[in-house]
Amino acid sequence: MIQTDILIIGAGPCGLFTVFEAGLLKLRCHLVDALPQPGGQLSEIYPKKPIYDIPGYPSILAGELVDNLMEQIEPFKPGFTLGERAETVEKVGDKMYRLTTSRGTQIEAPVICIAGGLGCFEPRKPPIEGIEKYEDKGVDYIIRDPEVYKGKKLLIAGGGDSALDWTIFLSDIADEVTLIHRRTSFRGALDSVEKVMDLAKDKKVNLITEAQAIGLNGNGVLKEVVVKTKAHGEITQSVDNFIPLFGLSPKLGPIADWGLTIDKNAIEVDTRDYSTGVPGIYAIGDINTYPGKLKLILCGFHEGTLMVQSAFKYINPDQKLSFKYTTVAGVNGFES
Amino acid sequence: MDDDIITLTVVDREGENHELEAPTDMAMNLMEVCRSYELPVEGTCGGMALCASCHCYVLTDHELSEPSEDEEDMLDQAFFVEDNSRLSCQIRISKELDGIKVKLAPVGD
Repeated sequence: MIQTDILIIGAGPCGLFTVFEAGLLKLRCHLVDALPQPGGQLSEIYPKKPIYDIPGYPSILAGELVDNLMEQIEPFKPGFTLGERAETVEKVGDKMYRLTTSRGTQIEAPVICIAGGLGCFEPRKPPIEGIEKYEDKGVDYIIRDPEVYKGKKLLIAGGGDSALDWTIFLSDIADEVTLIHRRTSFRGALDSVEKVMDLAKDKKVNLITEAQAIGLNGNGVLKEVVVKTKAHGEITQSVDNFIPLFGLSPKLGPIADWGLTIDKNAIEVDTRDYSTGVPGIYAIGDINTYPGKLKLILCGFHEGTLMVQSAFKYINPDQKLSFKYTTVAGVNGFES
Repeated sequence: MDDDIITLTVVDREGENHELEAPTDMAMNLMEVCRSYELPVEGTCGGMALCASCHCYVLTDHELSEPSEDEEDMLDQAFFVEDNSRLSCQIRISKELDGIKVKLAPVGD
């Protein structure tokens, strides 16, 4: 069981910076994120894009900002549970919550700070009618164990690196691999594109471009995918598995069921301290909403800063908090 | 009519037409115009052509700038993409767009 003072859900820029502000008040933090690396959207969506509105940085790449934040919070030795989604929260005592992740990791803390941004990144699901019926019964959004496709007929859809890489890899394992893509060109790495083209030439992969999956047929288990093609109209492909690989998109996920007040996928907070109304639970950054809310990293930094002041008073109601500038007091990290 | 205002029509996912007015001098894109009218366009990434939540179909034959490689890449990750598919965040509101009609594309779950 991991124990900490502030459990931060979401290791994006706001969650990371909150570790620093909490550390100045001698509060320890542990971060949980569904993505395998810290940085949230900045690392996952736009690491190479410049950001121009971080005070003091005329321009900084999103990935660099994450690296800098990691360096800045290092003295405060934050804990990380990455690649696991925050699933459930239960109250286990006076001023004590227990969070359980998708992999069963449990973390206890008196304060929870939700810095979940847009939510958890999950595979994009094609809006094909009845697709839910076939999930795990032929439709797979994630490839966990390629060996299960041995001897199977597969239809992979998508045009990015993961679609190309899996097509190449699975062409050796599966009985038959068809790759469909909406255009004739691919955005994936050039050598992967060439490899797929070669496999198609050698008839090891059935490549159908300018095509999209529009329907699924089966009887409890997936049997066919209906593909709309530019050249031949609608064709029906008999398959064992349909594997749509269309990248990740954020979903609010289980947080929606935690009894917080939610308006348009955002958590309503009090702007005095970004508290949610549930004692000990706060929400900062893109995931919260209040009159005048702006989804900016710099606003999230401010929110996290005020939030830890309130968290300190909540955890230590009898202690006086004297505010000190870092320039005066320095940054005194934790030993371990 | 005000010189700096154009009118456009957005067909929502229920097939209902919405007549909107949009300023041409505020560097807005079509996604932002839809959002300002509270039409159901997420615009999750804020207009960087990085999420495809503003996918729409252009129904009129207005001449638009060709989609960038980034936009095409993102459309690869969208669904029900047609020849007239665009990301509305990549469509700049300009005088030439007066009278344009677009339809919001279906959204995934």
